[in-house]
Amino acid sequence: MSLRPLFSRDIIGERTWSLLLDLAVFAALIAGIEGLTVIMRYWFGAVTPAAHISQSPRALPLYAFYSVVRIAVAYVLSLLFALAYGYIAAYNKPIEGIMVAVLDILQSIPVLSFLPGVMLAMVALFPTRQLGVELGAILLIFTGQVWNMAFSFYASLKSIPRELREAARIYGFGKWQRFMQLELPYGAIGLVWNSMVSVAGGWFFLMACEMFVLGKRDFRLPGLGSYLQTAADMGDNGAIFWGVGVMIGVILLIDQVVWRPAIAWSDKFKFEQVEGSAQPRSVVLNLLRRSNVLERFRVAVMAPLTERISVRAARRHAISETPPPPPSHGRMVAAMIVGALLGGTILYAVVAAMVALKTLSGAEFTTTLAAAGATFARVLVSLLIAAVWTIPAGVAIGFNPKLARVAQPFAQIAASVPATALFPVLLLAIVRLGGGLGVGSIMLMLLGTQWYVLFNVIAGAMAIPTDLREVADVFRFPRWDRWRTVILPGIFPYLITGMVTASGGAWNASIVAEYFHFRGQTLQTFGLGAQISSASDAGNFHLLLLSTVVMAGLVVCVNRGVWRPLYRLAQTRFKLEA
Amino acid sequence: MHAIIEARKIEKSYGSEGDGFIQVIAPMDLSIYPGEILAVLGPSGSGKSTLLRILTGLARPSAGEVIHHGHEVGGPCENVAIVFQSFALFPWLTVLENVAAPLKARGVPEAERNARSTKILDTVGLDGFENAYPKELSGGMKQRVGFARALVVEPEVLFMDEPFSALDVLTAENLRGELLELWQSHKMPTRAVFVVTHNIEEAVLLADRIIVLGKNPATIRTDFRVMLERPRERKDARFTELVDYVYRVLTRPDLAPAREPVTAPVPRAKPKYQMLPHAQRGAVAGLLEMLVDHNGRDDMYRLAAALSFEIDDLLPVVDSAVMLGFAKVEEGDVEITPAGREFAEADILRRKELFRAAALENIALIREITRSLAARPDHTLPDGVFEDLLDEHFSEEEAKAQLETAINWGRYAELFDHDSDTHQFFFPEETPAVSEPKADSD
Repeated sequence: MSLRPLFSRDIIGERTWSLLLDLAVFAALIAGIEGLTVIMRYWFGAVTPAAHISQSPRALPLYAFYSVVRIAVAYVLSLLFALAYGYIAAYNKPIEGIMVAVLDILQSIPVLSFLPGVMLAMVALFPTRQLGVELGAILLIFTGQVWNMAFSFYASLKSIPRELREAARIYGFGKWQRFMQLELPYGAIGLVWNSMVSVAGGWFFLMACEMFVLGKRDFRLPGLGSYLQTAADMGDNGAIFWGVGVMIGVILLIDQVVWRPAIAWSDKFKFEQVEGSAQPRSVVLNLLRRSNVLERFRVAVMAPLTERISVRAARRHAISETPPPPPSHGRMVAAMIVGALLGGTILYAVVAAMVALKTLSGAEFTTTLAAAGATFARVLVSLLIAAVWTIPAGVAIGFNPKLARVAQPFAQIAASVPATALFPVLLLAIVRLGGGLGVGSIMLMLLGTQWYVLFNVIAGAMAIPTDLREVADVFRFPRWDRWRTVILPGIFPYLITGMVTASGGAWNASIVAEYFHFRGQTLQTFGLGAQISSASDAGNFHLLLLSTVVMAGLVVCVNRGVWRPLYRLAQTRFKLEA
Repeated sequence: MHAIIEARKIEKSYGSEGDGFIQVIAPMDLSIYPGEILAVLGPSGSGKSTLLRILTGLARPSAGEVIHHGHEVGGPCENVAIVFQSFALFPWLTVLENVAAPLKARGVPEAERNARSTKILDTVGLDGFENAYPKELSGGMKQRVGFARALVVEPEVLFMDEPFSALDVLTAENLRGELLELWQSHKMPTRAVFVVTHNIEEAVLLADRIIVLGKNPATIRTDFRVMLERPRERKDARFTELVDYVYRVLTRPDLAPAREPVTAPVPRAKPKYQMLPHAQRGAVAGLLEMLVDHNGRDDMYRLAAALSFEIDDLLPVVDSAVMLGFAKVEEGDVEITPAGREFAEADILRRKELFRAAALENIALIREITRSLAARPDHTLPDGVFEDLLDEHFSEEEAKAQLETAINWGRYAELFDHDSDTHQFFFPEETPAVSEPKADSD
């Protein structure tokens, strides 16, 4: 509702603006349809598993488009899967524990370990169409994106305040309404932030997912990742430059067009009783909200549609209101049979895996353990370096609002640029300086993960109440005392959160950081990540299995043994409560 | 007259019989009749809210049944609404959408939904705020939205769970008045109101019938009709008399109420450990000082007012003082004992000594910890031992709280200290010269 304009000129101003907006929306629509036909023609065309990757910058727009579509499709699949998995886990008591544990383990398995299975299955499914190979790549990206989103949604569902749940129950919300008005909104903020992390992860592993060797088969899908990989392979500096440039551009564009608006939009789902002072804003979102076409579409199509769905769902709910019959004997038996079958399959798979592992030599076992130790050390060093620089920097930024306003956008841009995009550049520098991949891999892990720590430390420093800082001022705490009694305990919960994420990220990053094709040769250093990559390259599935099991086991153990107790400590002792 | 909702022999308990069994609500009968405002009063932790949830069908009783118009309640009741203490509004929905949500759940089409919601919003004085979000509203306005959402479904029974306790005094008073006005002028189609509260005046002000619950487990201590005509005046002598009566019932759990309770209290075995009231010992000292100022004896109601405490908050403090032998309770009055007087008039160090002696003498748990600690060669003791012991008498949560209070008191008395990282008790560095505690007197 706006005030009636006084002069006609005011109307013209508004009109032209929204006309331009509407034209932009139309253009986007047409571009979307065109994009869809291009993708469909490509997907359903004849299969070319190893496409020729052009090094011409002119090929880049199409490649970028292909990569974006892959990541987008993988993301949508991740979102749907995460919602379903989180929902089922949260509402099915008997299997909840198992589902969470499975999530924990899957989260710790690096992308490449899924590669052979996923790829071979998809190619077998669509042997004559490009779709098979494409789906394989998409599912690979999916495995790198989905777990933290599922976990986030599950955790949101479990933390919905009791009285809100009771309100939904006593006012007779059906499942659909409860989902739309309670569960999805409550989980929205967590989902948006985790989506950003996930998609960043997708970019990180794009190179690995678009171009790889599987035993004797060579897979090369046209895309930004394969372009960069080929450029690095051939040492084509010009192509690397173009590729990195386009990649950064695309990521920044997505950040502005998708994530900023999403964050600003999701702010209304914040569960707070009073309005916060700083609200995220997005120019794009404001523009979209002003578009006539979108508004008409909403009023004429979306609103009636959702209304019909909700009314129908409510009626169906009312009919099924009679309490569900207790589980019958037959259903119990059926559930037991399904459970037994599932258990049997798992048991069989475990036995088969054990048999497979028996073919490996003792030397391979010891090497794997040693490699795990080497990678573990690298993860530790990268975490240490991250902590050493991000704590002082983050606290400085967090304590100084002016600095924060200047620094945060830069940090966000830096964080959204994938480390792998910069890796060829970094590697060139390291090779030129004479360093090996041993140091280089730590740098790469650092590039990918330090941002999680930095952002969390900034948030933690901002959350320290001013009174506590004033106490330190009034009593003239010496610098060290100030850190020891106010700052470090204050940021501790946030620091731990950041470190947990960073540690997971670093482990995952090791598979691309320790093993790299460069100028026709393979650069690698001794480590578990390198072992996984090379085993996958060589089609040595038994070694791949062993390395994966070791890595997953190690990550899960570290999570349970180190991070979880620290997290609990942070939640109890170091929680700042009002 | 037929009851709208009738609870027959409902009880609620956790854990299995024998091991770790706690009863929250002892078997009780309770009916809600048309045309009445029924208030349920009780100390905190007396299971008032659990009772409300059982009556609305949100929770299931462990035994007994709830009958709604002749049918047993299996899930959330239809035709009832709840106003929540925390408002429980959906922050991402506008005021209008919040109020319309229950109608949406019933499949009411949008136009009708909005019309009815707008009308109700008018009734509760929120016209013009339809498109605001809850976070933009003050506490009182949020609860108005809560009322509107409850009334829009035209509930047969309106349940309210401490609806005014999150609001400031003036706002609460104002809203209470408006609610009564709606009720009396029949502007709401509701046939009965069930309100849970810990505010005695609120109950006397609103209710046609008051039920007072006792705790551990909840039993109905008294159930009576309020015969005062409306509007009720706080200064009316009969009003204060009634408030006083309810106070007496509330504060004297051991005393049978003047009127016959509906259900006889179930006898229970006396636990080995007394239940420590969770009071700050600073508050105990404050109470004793206040008593000295009031010539050693005063009415609990007046003490609460003088200390600006809710009676709910005062009770554990009084219980602590009584348990330590510093005070006695008689006829709703608190009286200081000689030991209490000595404590109140002592200096800080002497107070510690007196407290130590009193705690060792009177508090079984503290005595036990100190004694076990003294018996250990390294003078450390894992707290798990006591947690297990307490678990037999209390719920897991309460056992933790008990231990926490014991630690708190033990620390002040410098009898022992506790390390929450290693979960161990140990003697503080300067071990007080405690003589071996006296033999157990029970």
